[in-house]
Amino acid sequence: MGLFEITMRRVGRRFVSSIPALLGVLVFTFLLMRVLPGDPAVFFGAGTNAGQAEIEQVRKQMGLDKPIPQQLLLYLKDVASGKLGNSMTTGQPVLADIKQRLPASLELTFTALLIALVSAVPLGIWAALKAGSLIDHAVRMFCVVGVCVPTFVSGLVLIYVFYYMLGIAPDPTGRLDVFASTPPNITGFLLIDFLIVGDMSGWWASAKQLILPALTMALFVLAPIARITRASMLAALGSEFVRTARSLGLSSWRIVITYALRNAVLPVLTILGIVFSTMLGANVLVEKVFSWPGVASYALNALLSSDYAPVQGFVLLMAAIFVFANLLIDILYSISDPRISIE
Amino acid sequence: MSTTSYSTLAHIGWVLRGNPLTAVAAAGVAILCLLAAVGPYLVPYDPIASNVAIALQAPSAAHWAGTDQLGRDVFSRTIVAARLDLIIAASAVSLSFVIGAVVGSISGYVGGRLDQIVGRFVDVLMAFPLFVLAMALVAALGNRVENIVIATAFINLPFYIRFARAEVNVRRNAGWVESARACGDSHLSVILRFLLPNILPAMAVQISLNLGWAVLNAAGLSFIGLGVRQPTPEWGIMVAEGARFISTGNWWLVACPGFALMITVLFFNLLGDGLRDILDPRMRT
Repeated sequence: MGLFEITMRRVGRRFVSSIPALLGVLVFTFLLMRVLPGDPAVFFGAGTNAGQAEIEQVRKQMGLDKPIPQQLLLYLKDVASGKLGNSMTTGQPVLADIKQRLPASLELTFTALLIALVSAVPLGIWAALKAGSLIDHAVRMFCVVGVCVPTFVSGLVLIYVFYYMLGIAPDPTGRLDVFASTPPNITGFLLIDFLIVGDMSGWWASAKQLILPALTMALFVLAPIARITRASMLAALGSEFVRTARSLGLSSWRIVITYALRNAVLPVLTILGIVFSTMLGANVLVEKVFSWPGVASYALNALLSSDYAPVQGFVLLMAAIFVFANLLIDILYSISDPRISIE
Repeated sequence: MSTTSYSTLAHIGWVLRGNPLTAVAAAGVAILCLLAAVGPYLVPYDPIASNVAIALQAPSAAHWAGTDQLGRDVFSRTIVAARLDLIIAASAVSLSFVIGAVVGSISGYVGGRLDQIVGRFVDVLMAFPLFVLAMALVAALGNRVENIVIATAFINLPFYIRFARAEVNVRRNAGWVESARACGDSHLSVILRFLLPNILPAMAVQISLNLGWAVLNAAGLSFIGLGVRQPTPEWGIMVAEGARFISTGNWWLVACPGFALMITVLFFNLLGDGLRDILDPRMRT
């Protein structure tokens, strides 16, 4: 069996085994929404101004007069067919709202993850290579302090320094300047859309808006990634196979990258799941600080005006993304560690 | 007994000498607790009395951390807020510790079907991004301070359950557990009198590390407008209010509560790391 086939099998198996978690998530959100204050019929269907008869009708229509287990089945059916209810604040179906806003959130999260990985992994390796040096201590101190600064505080510090003091960052609200022209909506990712139409000044404008929120999010997860990279690199560098490689006279570059790093990458991948979970949470805070028009700020506005259908949709979406991300990490894991695939 | 306590003390002293940061962190946590207790009586200004005439003033000799948009003293507000922030975090962590330790140890001790159900429950909780789950919980339970505590406790729960479960699981067939059972102790008594005290030191580390995380989560929730309402002084909401004035350069509204948050989390984390060094048997030489 080829490596590809083994990996695909493993992916399939993992996917099947993540189905119970997804189902659990669905049941849990269903239960959460049932203990909501007030009447779901009012919140999801009719709106607060509806008359008694109208509410009664919506209740029937939503199946709220049926026993709970049957309601759960109805709910699962609705979710499966993409019916997440209507938002009272925007007056649109939640699914449509989320579709429209999701690219903004994903663009932010992926950029932040990229920045974090690209800076934290080399930093961790560097610290491990120079263990005990000044650089090592600096990285370690950064790791200790980094996890202590709340995302919303570091975001505000960045705004103060780069927008107010230095004046090099644009007004920290939204994805694009109000007066700038938006690209045609192809992927929804502004950076990609601008590239497709070849509008480099637009690309640069949206990149400038993106960099501060992405950096804020990256800063928060930089510390755990750097910390675990450093620790696992130290372990790998102290191992016997590295000693053997050294004694064979391999170039130190090759030892570090090919032998040590490949082994050190596994713990980093493991922690990536937790990192991604914190990022999805930090997303809410960062979108609020930078008025970023993503799904999190959408859910938050809905939540604060007691509009619960968007909140439910958001929680489901986040859980689904997280389950999917864990699946992806698992695939990467089996690619980088062939031992796992061998049965 | 005296020799054990002496050697423990000696060990703690040895760890503190090797890692003076732990001593600093312990002192810091003690000061924070003291401030939470007596802070409201010490502060120079009333934390909620507004005086628009002196609104948005930069730090000065009279107002060490400046004044906010309503002319309230930011420093006084930050100090007074310590009590609420620490109480939220401490009650959330103790709630999840108590429930988590009991559920986890029973699950680990009994095993079988119950253990599987508990394990599945924890898996489902861990399938949510935890901050988002806390948000949803506050939405479901109602936007009140008590529910911030409950939500924060809830998202901490999986860690305690898993931890207690694993620790009890490795001990449940140990000789001293067997002999307690042979002496006629009931299962409940074995769990409460022998197993729980045995895993307590290891859980203390978890508690200290979790307290910092709980402070961050609770402040995050109130930053996005959940739980604590104005004009109650609380670090998260103070930062949220100050955020409106940051792009016009009024940094001091955010600086003081932001720094308080950071230093609190830092102290708890350092203390947790230090406790781990003290309790980790591998460190005892």
